[in-house]
Amino acid sequence: MHRIIQDLEQRQLRSDRPRFKPGDTVRVHFQVIEGQRRRVQVFEGIVIKRQGAGARETFTVRKQSFGVGVERTFPLHSPKIEKIEVAAIGDVSRAKLYYLRGKVGKKARVREVQRRGPLSSVDAVAAGVGDGTQAEPDAGSAAEPEEGAEPEAVAAEEAVTDEPAAEEPADEGSEAEAKEAGAEAPSV
Amino acid sequence: MKGIVGRKLGMSQVFDEETGQVTPVTVIEAGPCPVVSVKEAAVDGYDAVQVAYDEVAEERLSKPKLGHLKKNGVAPHRHLLELRGLTGATEGEAVTVESFEVGDKVKVSGVSIGKGFAGTIKRHNFSRGPTSHGSHNVRKPGSVGASATPSRVFKGIKMAGRLGGKRVTQVGLTVHSVDPEQNLLLVKGAVPGPKNGLVEVREEIRRGS
Repeated sequence: MHRIIQDLEQRQLRSDRPRFKPGDTVRVHFQVIEGQRRRVQVFEGIVIKRQGAGARETFTVRKQSFGVGVERTFPLHSPKIEKIEVAAIGDVSRAKLYYLRGKVGKKARVREVQRRGPLSSVDAVAAGVGDGTQAEPDAGSAAEPEEGAEPEAVAAEEAVTDEPAAEEPADEGSEAEAKEAGAEAPSV
Repeated sequence: MKGIVGRKLGMSQVFDEETGQVTPVTVIEAGPCPVVSVKEAAVDGYDAVQVAYDEVAEERLSKPKLGHLKKNGVAPHRHLLELRGLTGATEGEAVTVESFEVGDKVKVSGVSIGKGFAGTIKRHNFSRGPTSHGSHNVRKPGSVGASATPSRVFKGIKMAGRLGGKRVTQVGLTVHSVDPEQNLLLVKGAVPGPKNGLVEVREEIRRGS
C-alpha cells in the first residue's frame, strides 16, 4: 500500500476501540439516525469474525433475537459507533465462528474464559475506563501470562491518567456517579 | 474545462463523520503540471493545452523533447500530454489540483490493466458450455457464422484476443476531496489502470446541462 494511502487510513483510525477477538461478547453502541434526531442503539452478541485491516477492518456480531439468528457487520472505525463494551471474553479456537450459525439453543454458546478475582471488580475497572479496555488484558494474563505483561502495563498507565476524574466522585461515595464520571473521562 | 494529469496511487475508503457512510475512493496524485504550450484554433486548428508531468533528470529525456521543453522554459518532465479544451491556463504557469473543487463531475482516462490473450468468456462475457455428459464445448466460442452462404466469417465477430492494455475512460465520477498540500485528488469510485499508472482527470461536461 502506498504511504499516502496508509496515512489517509491512519487518520481515520479510532483509538478508543477496545481489544476484543472472535468469541467475545460485546455491546456495540451505535447511532441510529431517524429523520432529524439520532439515538443510540445497543447491539449485544458474540463476535463471530473480524475481517480486514486498518481503517477498513470490520467485525460481525451474532445474536439470537426472538429465536432468530441475527448478524450485523460493523466497520470497526465507523464514527457511528459510540463505544464498544466487552461484556465477556470467549474461549474459542477458531478465528471465524461460522459454526455457530448451524447451532441452536444451548449449543450455540461460547465458553467463557475463567477470570481471576471477583467479577464485580473487573466490571468496576471496565466502567472506569468507559469502554471495557481493561477486561481484555485481564483475560490475556489468565490465558497466557507472558503476553499479558504488556497489556497490563498499558492498563496501568490508563488507570493513572483516569485517577483524578475517578477520585472525586469516590469521595462522595456513590457508585452510580463514579460510573458517570468514568464514562466522561475519555472524552475529556 | 478543467483537467490535470496524475498518477493513480490506489484505492481506499473514507468515512463520513456525520452519517458514518463509507465512500470508496481512488487516490490520485496529480500535478503540478507546468503548461508547455497553448494551442489555439486560429493557429493550430484546435484548442488544447500541452502540459508536462512527473519531473525527471535531464539525461532521461531525448534531445528533441528536452529542446522543446527548454524552449518553453519548463524543467525536464517524463510525460507530455495535450488536454483538449482546457481553459484558464497560461504558459509559464502550472495546473494544480486546486483547480478542482469538491463535488466536481469528472471523467478519468488511463490505460487499463493488460490481461494478455483472453478467451471469449473473459473478453466478451460469453457463456460456458456444459462440462459433463461428454461435452467438449466448455470454453469454446461456438459458431462464428453460417455455411456456404456467405462462406466466410464476417468482420467484427467477437473472438479471443488481446484484452486490456487499452485507453479506457471512466465517466460519471465525482471529486470527493482535494488536498493541495500533497497534490491529491480523491475521486469517488474506481479508475482505469494499475497502481502508479498515468491517468488524465478531466471535467465531465454533460450535454444539455
